[in-house]
Amino acid sequence: MNNIIKILLSAPFSAKVGMIIITFYLIVAIFAPLIAPYGEYYLATPIAYEVWSSDYPLGTDNLGRDMLSRLIYGARNTLGLALTITVLAFLLGGILGMTAAALGGWVDQILSRVNDVFMAIPSLIFALLILSIFGTTIPYLIGTIVILDATRVFRIARATAMNVAVMDYVEVARLRGEKLGWVIRKEILPNIAAPLLAEFGLRFCFVFLFLSALSFLGLGIQPPTADWGSMVRESAALIAFGDITPLIPAAAIALLTVAVNFVVDWMLHRSSGLKDVS
Amino acid sequence: MKHILKIVAQRIALGFLTLFAISLIITFGVELLPGDLAQSILGQAATPDAVRVFRIELGLDRPAHLRYLDWLGGMATGDMGVSLANKRQISELVGIRLSNTLFLGGFAALIAIPLALALGILAALYRNSLFDRSINLVTVTSISFPEFFIAYVLILFFAVNLGWFPGISNVSTELSLGDKLYRTLLPAATLTLVCVAHMMRMTRASIINLLSSPYIEMARLKGIKPMRIIMRHALPNALAPIVNVIALNLAYLVVGVVIVEVVFVYPGLGQLLVDSVSKRDVPVVQACSMIFALVYISLNLFADIISIVTNPRLLYPR
Repeated sequence: MNNIIKILLSAPFSAKVGMIIITFYLIVAIFAPLIAPYGEYYLATPIAYEVWSSDYPLGTDNLGRDMLSRLIYGARNTLGLALTITVLAFLLGGILGMTAAALGGWVDQILSRVNDVFMAIPSLIFALLILSIFGTTIPYLIGTIVILDATRVFRIARATAMNVAVMDYVEVARLRGEKLGWVIRKEILPNIAAPLLAEFGLRFCFVFLFLSALSFLGLGIQPPTADWGSMVRESAALIAFGDITPLIPAAAIALLTVAVNFVVDWMLHRSSGLKDVS
Repeated sequence: MKHILKIVAQRIALGFLTLFAISLIITFGVELLPGDLAQSILGQAATPDAVRVFRIELGLDRPAHLRYLDWLGGMATGDMGVSLANKRQISELVGIRLSNTLFLGGFAALIAIPLALALGILAALYRNSLFDRSINLVTVTSISFPEFFIAYVLILFFAVNLGWFPGISNVSTELSLGDKLYRTLLPAATLTLVCVAHMMRMTRASIINLLSSPYIEMARLKGIKPMRIIMRHALPNALAPIVNVIALNLAYLVVGVVIVEVVFVYPGLGQLLVDSVSKRDVPVVQACSMIFALVYISLNLFADIISIVTNPRLLYPR
């Protein structure tokens, strides 16, 4: 525990700022109902696009719902969905990637070639195609982005696991008669955890931006659920009058991705620095 | 030389294979839907007769492999079928919009590539200086911004507050080139900001990577000026990765236009695609996806071929 605190304290300024911002977002997301002045769907006033006031700190949206409350609940919905998708993508891509590296041979060949084809498809186009066929419901949304993202995870998991799989201690474990699952869990995974963790941050950013972009296009999280991408879309008309309200949810998205990138930058720097020493 | 031709030919064959796989996904994706596309679009309330007529209209009454061959032949000859929403020929809808999208992407590339190269070279030249570090900070942030955020900030400042540029870029064929450029400047600037960061970082990284090699040290010891070392000694060898990342970014531009087109209401292919997805106009979505995939894969292929051809080690295989 002391060790972790020491490492965190040694982080450069930008990474510390990033971590503080991420913690702030998590607190807002977890305690949303306690912080928000109004409910997520509560129609506070019949007046749409009310100006900023003490009752409605950021005004109201196109249906007269409090903007600030929607923003706070949006943290919960958007972050929750993005995290779910990233975790699922890591489970799928990570397990397949490590299996491909550990087994090698034709399993590796087939998985890699299929992965190459999926990676060659532009992801936004693929997602739009799938959503037009299946309709924009949350399960299909999650499934589509998980598959798209798992291909990227697969590539990095396979490449890093490949370096570990040829090590003597993996060979020894195999000769000892350990099962494939054991080798992957106890020998390969701990050795590629650091690059995978940094990749998790990057993938999360990608998923988060992708999800927001889809919502912004009206094809992601559907109303009335509060979500930052759709909030930008709903209030976009205000920008023509010089009102910055639509920029606030967009800035909320931007700030979080910048924060995660700062932390990831530091983690990548650290893991590459450690490699130089050993 | 023979060796290199073989690698290039293999790469092109792989490109065609990928396109073939994508065309399969595009057409047979419809089959994956539990139940039936016609029923799903019309909803539960539709009468069986309406569903039957709609199935024939979609061609769902014919076997899937025949439908696929017809569709592929149609795509190849420019006959892409009919839109479900307004019964117009898809080729008619797509034609002008595709050229608009390529115009916007090309315009953005024309600004972005020289800018990225110049910034990358300068950052490598003055590395670890204040200039380098501030550029680095700016690029990390601009990579992480969503496109629509940058677009709306630009609209707020340059279209609403200053009134220099129109906030909506509705171009048409009657406009002169100058007028067209003026109206597409804001969307092009948005795309530039998004993709310059990546290209610039790659340029900087590949030059700095080379600066530690012995022949650069030799040049430096001979007393050659730093700018000349970079331009004449380092840059030619760094060219392959740089060209590669430029082509990848062009591929990104073609797909990235979708969101920018929606923000600026630009009459391009991306706008058509998004509209058709929300209307579930499947034939139009299929046609647009295939065109986007074709452009994207060709550019990726081009990037690969450039990096193969410019790698002298492949010219003389051991």
